[in-house]
Amino acid sequence: MDSAKTAALRGIIAKARRYDMFVSALGLLFLSFGIFVLAALFIDMAITGFGRINADFFTNFPSRRPAEAGILSSWVGSLLVMFVTASVAVPLGIAGAIYLEEYARKNTFTAIIEINITNLAGVPSIIYGLLALGLFVYTFKLGQSILTAGLTLGLLILPIVITATREALRAIPQHIREAAYACGASQWQVVSDHLLKYSTPGILTGVIIGMSRAIGETAPIITIGALTFIAFLPPAPGQLNIETGQPAGLFDWLFSPFTVMPIQIFNWTSRPDPRFHENAAAASFVLVFMTLSMNALAIWLRYRLRKNIKW
Amino acid sequence: MVTPSLVLGFGLLVLMQRLWALRGMRKPSPEAASLSGAFSLDHTARWGQVVWLNGLVLAAFTVLAYLSLSWPSLLGSWLSLGILLVGWGLCWRYLTTRCHARAIGEGMVITLLRLSSLVAIFTTAAIILSLTFEAMAFFRLVSPWDFLFGTHWSPQMALRSDQTGSSGSFGAIPLFAGTLMMTVIALSLALPLGLFSAIFLSQYATRRQRFWLKPILEILSGIPSVVYGFFAVAVIAPALRDFGAYWGLTIMTESALVAGSVMGIMIIPYVASLSEDAMRAVPMSLREGSYAMGGTRFQTAKNVVFPAAFSGIASAYILGISRAVGETMILAVAAGMQPTLSFNPMEPAATITSFIVQVAMGDLPHGSIGYQTIFAAGAALMLLTLVFNMLGFYLRKKYREAY
Repeated sequence: MDSAKTAALRGIIAKARRYDMFVSALGLLFLSFGIFVLAALFIDMAITGFGRINADFFTNFPSRRPAEAGILSSWVGSLLVMFVTASVAVPLGIAGAIYLEEYARKNTFTAIIEINITNLAGVPSIIYGLLALGLFVYTFKLGQSILTAGLTLGLLILPIVITATREALRAIPQHIREAAYACGASQWQVVSDHLLKYSTPGILTGVIIGMSRAIGETAPIITIGALTFIAFLPPAPGQLNIETGQPAGLFDWLFSPFTVMPIQIFNWTSRPDPRFHENAAAASFVLVFMTLSMNALAIWLRYRLRKNIKW
Repeated sequence: MVTPSLVLGFGLLVLMQRLWALRGMRKPSPEAASLSGAFSLDHTARWGQVVWLNGLVLAAFTVLAYLSLSWPSLLGSWLSLGILLVGWGLCWRYLTTRCHARAIGEGMVITLLRLSSLVAIFTTAAIILSLTFEAMAFFRLVSPWDFLFGTHWSPQMALRSDQTGSSGSFGAIPLFAGTLMMTVIALSLALPLGLFSAIFLSQYATRRQRFWLKPILEILSGIPSVVYGFFAVAVIAPALRDFGAYWGLTIMTESALVAGSVMGIMIIPYVASLSEDAMRAVPMSLREGSYAMGGTRFQTAKNVVFPAAFSGIASAYILGISRAVGETMILAVAAGMQPTLSFNPMEPAATITSFIVQVAMGDLPHGSIGYQTIFAAGAALMLLTLVFNMLGFYLRKKYREAY
C-alpha cells in the first residue's frame, strides 16, 4: 500500500474519531443541559420558597395576605382525593390486569380491550376532566366533590396500574403456575396464593408511579370546576355542623368541596403579586418532594426486585 | 328509615343464626358423606363464611347509617341486606353434596375480574359519548366548517344572547395554530437534546454513569406539570425577556416562546428515556458487528443502532408530541391565553387546552353554548392525539425490526 493511500486512510480514521469525540461531548453537554436546567430550577425554587416552609405554612388556610397563607386545605384535599383514587384504581386495575393476563383467551375481544387500554394511556388528562364534568358532575350529580375528583384520577391512572400489573404477572415463570395446579389448586387459588404474592413489588411500583402522577394532576381537577379558594376542611365523620347542629355523616367528606396542592400552586402562580410566588415556590417544593420521593421509592423497589429475584 | 333497617337487620341476624344452627344439626346421609363428605363440609364452611361476613358488613353499615343520614350509608345498608339475603338463599339452595362450590366460586371470580377489565372499555365509551354528545349540541348551533376553518375565536363575545352562534366567533384556527406553534417550539428543543442524550446514554455512557443518569431522567419525567408552569413564570419568562431585551427583541412575559420552551424542557427526560430504551433493545451483536468493521461509536449509533431502533425512537417522539399537544398547565399559566392568529412566538397565544382551562375556571352554566364549546374543543384535541397515537402505533409496526 502506498503512503498516499495510508495517509488518506489515516485521515478518514482521524476524522471519524473526531466526530466520535465531538458527538460524545455533545451528548454529554445536552444531557447535562437537560439535567442542569432542571437542577437550577429546583434550587431556585428551594431558595425562593424555603423561607415560607414552616409549621404555620402547613396549618394555615389560604389567605388574601401572602404571609399568612398556608396549604392546610390543599394538602388535606390531596390526601383525601388520593385515598379515593387508590381505592378506585388499585382493585379495578389489578383485577382487570389479572383477567387480561391469566384468564382471557386470545381473541378479538381481548385484543380490543388491550388496544383500548393502550389508547387510554395516551389520552390527555384534560379529556378525563371533560369526561368527569359531563358524566360525574352533571349526569350522576356528584357535584364538584372529592368523590368526583377521586373517581376521575382513578380512571386516569387505571391504564398505568393495569400495565404494571400485567408486566409483573408476565414476569412470573409458567412453571410456578404449573406447580400450583399440580398440587390441585384452582385457578383463583393460583392467582391469589401465588401470582399476586410474587408480583406484589411490581404491582406496588406501578401503583406508586400512578399515584405520583395523580397527585400532580391539575388539568382534570380544574376542568371539573374545583374551587381555588377553600378556607375550610371537609367535614370529619361526626363533626358538628355549626349552622345546622347536625353531626356530619361518615361519608359526607366525599361530597365536600375541596382543593388540592397543584390547584393551590396554580392559583398562587397566576397572581401578579410576587409574594404569592414565594408561596407557590414553597408549595411546589412540597409537591415535588412528595412526587420525587414516591418515584424514587418506585425505582428503588424495581431495582431491588430485579436484583433479588431468581426464579 | 334508619331505625327500621337497624331493627330489621338485627332481627334477621338473629333469625339467621337460629336457622344456621338448625341446619348444622341435620346430619348428612351416610352415602352422601361417603361420596364427598369432606368436600361438602368444605363448601358449607365457605358459604357460612360468606353469610357471616355479610352479616357483619350489614351490622356495620346499619350502625353507620344510624350515625349518618347521608344516602351512601343507607344505600350501603340496604345493599348489604340484599347481599345477605341472596347469600343466605344461596346457602340454603346449594347446601347439598352435589354442589360444586369450587366451580361456582371460580365462576363468580371470573365474572368480577371480567367486569373490572371492562371498565377500560366503559371509560373510552364514556369519553367518546360525553364528548360527541355535547359537541353535537355545539355543532347544531355553529357549523363545523366555521369551527374548523374560521380564523376568529372569541367565544366570550358570542355568549351574549344576540350573538349566539354568530358565524366567525367560533373559528378554532387560532387555537389549532397556537397548539401547533407550541408543539413545534417544544419539539425543536426536545428533539435534538433528547436524541443526543439518548445516544450518549446508550452508546457512550459507562455502566456507572448510566446507573445514575437513567433513574434521574425517570424521576424528572414524573414532575407535575404545574410545577413546570411555576418555573416558566418565575424563572424562564424573566430570563427570556432580559435575553430578548439584550438583543433588542420584545419577548412578552406571557408568550408562546416561554411556554413552548418550558414544555420542551419538560419532555426532554421523557423522550430521552424512551429513545434510550429503544436503542438499548437493539441486540449487542449488531453493535459488535459494526465495531468489528472498525466503526466508531458514533458511526455505529448513526448507521446501525439508529436505523434499527428507528421505530422505537419515532414512537417515543410521537408520544412526546402527543404529550405536548395535551399539556395544559404550563400553557395555562405561561402562554397568555390570547386567541389571536399570529405566528409570532414572542406574543401570547392560546391553545385548545388552555382555552378549556380558561372556560372551566369561570362558572359556566350547564348546557350553555360556552359549556358546549369546551367539549367541542376537547373533541378536536382527542382526535388530534388519537391521530398521533395511531401514527405511533403504525410506525412501530411498519418499521419494527425483528431479531
